Amino acid sequence: MPLYETHVGMECHAELLTESKMFCGCRNEFGGEPNTRTCPVCLGLPGSLPVFNKKAIEHVVRTALALNCTISLHSVFHRKNYFYPDLPKGYQISQYGNTPIGVNGWLEIEKPDGTTKKIHITRVHLEEDTGKLIHSDGAGYSVVDYNRSSVPLMEIVTAFPPDIESAEEARLYAETLRSILIYLGVSDGKMEQGSLRAEPNPSVRPVGSDTFGTKTELKNLNSFRSVQRGIEYEAQRQIEVIESGGRVTQETRGWDDEKGISFSQRSKEVEQEYRYFPEPDLIPLEFDPEWLESLRAELPELPNAKKRRLMEQYGLPATDAAQLVLERETADYFEQAARGVKDTKAVANWMLGDLARLANASGLAIHAAPIPPAALAEMVGLIESGAMTGKIAKTVIEEMFATGKSAPQVVQEKGLTVSGADEVAGIVAKVVAANPDVVAKIKAGNDKSIGFLVGQVMKESKGRAKPDDVNRLLREEMDKL
Amino acid sequence: MALTREEVRGVATLARLDLKDNETDRLTHHLNDLLAQFARLQELNTEDVPPTAHAVPVAAALREDVARPSLPREAVMANGPQVDRELGGFIVPQVIGE
Repeated sequence: MPLYETHVGMECHAELLTESKMFCGCRNEFGGEPNTRTCPVCLGLPGSLPVFNKKAIEHVVRTALALNCTISLHSVFHRKNYFYPDLPKGYQISQYGNTPIGVNGWLEIEKPDGTTKKIHITRVHLEEDTGKLIHSDGAGYSVVDYNRSSVPLMEIVTAFPPDIESAEEARLYAETLRSILIYLGVSDGKMEQGSLRAEPNPSVRPVGSDTFGTKTELKNLNSFRSVQRGIEYEAQRQIEVIESGGRVTQETRGWDDEKGISFSQRSKEVEQEYRYFPEPDLIPLEFDPEWLESLRAELPELPNAKKRRLMEQYGLPATDAAQLVLERETADYFEQAARGVKDTKAVANWMLGDLARLANASGLAIHAAPIPPAALAEMVGLIESGAMTGKIAKTVIEEMFATGKSAPQVVQEKGLTVSGADEVAGIVAKVVAANPDVVAKIKAGNDKSIGFLVGQVMKESKGRAKPDDVNRLLREEMDKL
Repeated sequence: MALTREEVRGVATLARLDLKDNETDRLTHHLNDLLAQFARLQELNTEDVPPTAHAVPVAAALREDVARPSLPREAVMANGPQVDRELGGFIVPQVIGE
């Protein structure tokens, strides 16, 4: 069997964070009773006309700029005609051809080995979302809910030939894109609610072949994990089809996350069958270059840039910085907590270690934990000044999380103040006296055994002894013998 | 470029139309007549004409992103030829699993 390689094109859709729909004033929300957010425009009633939502356009332009795209100064909308009742007009307003809002951009993914890769993007365009079909069992019909009809939807498509060469790279691409969209405030990034949807187009070919294999499109991937699993499964399925002498059919396949399989979905139109033509009800958008520049200037610091800055400014390792920038609020929390602290790496460690663990267990994001950044800074400060040991801090942070009290308060109330040198000296003497055999070994030159004694002293002091004191006093005690 | 019966059948499938053979023949003929009419447009020399999406040179109107009340559901449903009041939606043919 020849070796196969996988290529993946990615189409991602993001519902935009606006108050109202794309072409009418109906509220843009998730859920709710069916057909309670509709009007003549999003129901496609005769005589109604669409009017652009300015905010939605701004969101797409800002995204396109953040993805290093060129903006089409003259951007045209089209009708995509098809027979499926999820849109009541009989067509979807979309952007076809070479004048979508953004063209020819890229984003950079970072692989686990630390290398980066540019993934080229061919287009960023604006369209409307469709209604939802509710398939009720046994009724013999489906029911359509038009609440989502005409919600502003942005489509981001990677370039051909595909840069993405594995399921993992596809997942990283989706994660990176999500994080950018959230930073921009254009999408809530909720894959589980379908407000961000990733539709990979995997294809396989034998290594060394110069033509791409037939691709299939995967749908219903509602987590990053299923993006990766779905592609891995689908690539393997395609290889098996080819290996058994068959041909891969170009089709849309659904992903069943529970069973871990993909299955053939409804047959869809091929491109020319959509009968695209310019939308006569909408005049093309004309963008003023000055306005574009003002939007560009106002773009927030994006995750990759923030990550590099955190590494430089605070001396963080790449893995920590990468974790901190996943969400803008987490990075903000870190920068607030790092203010006035010398050991900024310790702040990151506490955040990504104990605090993340505690927050996770309560279903909270780090930045939403009941420990404000200043309180974490204060706690790290106590360790820095030697007023508290790192070991004790592990208990203290749990108490802070549970009660919302400050570190000094917890230390005071629980009697966790650091043991004085006198107290430690007493414990050291006791431990040395109780372990003559270990002492003998150390005296005989087995220096490693001193670790055992350190452990015993720490245990006796319930973690309140400073490691420096323990080491120093133990050595002194040894020398006396 | 004439349409074949297979292409017409394909479009009919997408439209969920169940065409009889004589209907397929008749529609293939009609559609080809229409295409022939439009083909006359190809005779025009449009080399230096930029694609025109709209005939009137005006800027598109934009609307502020403000939500306004939607129609009451009862009024919306009143337009549906068939509705499921319990689910609160319009009835359409079942498509998945056909």
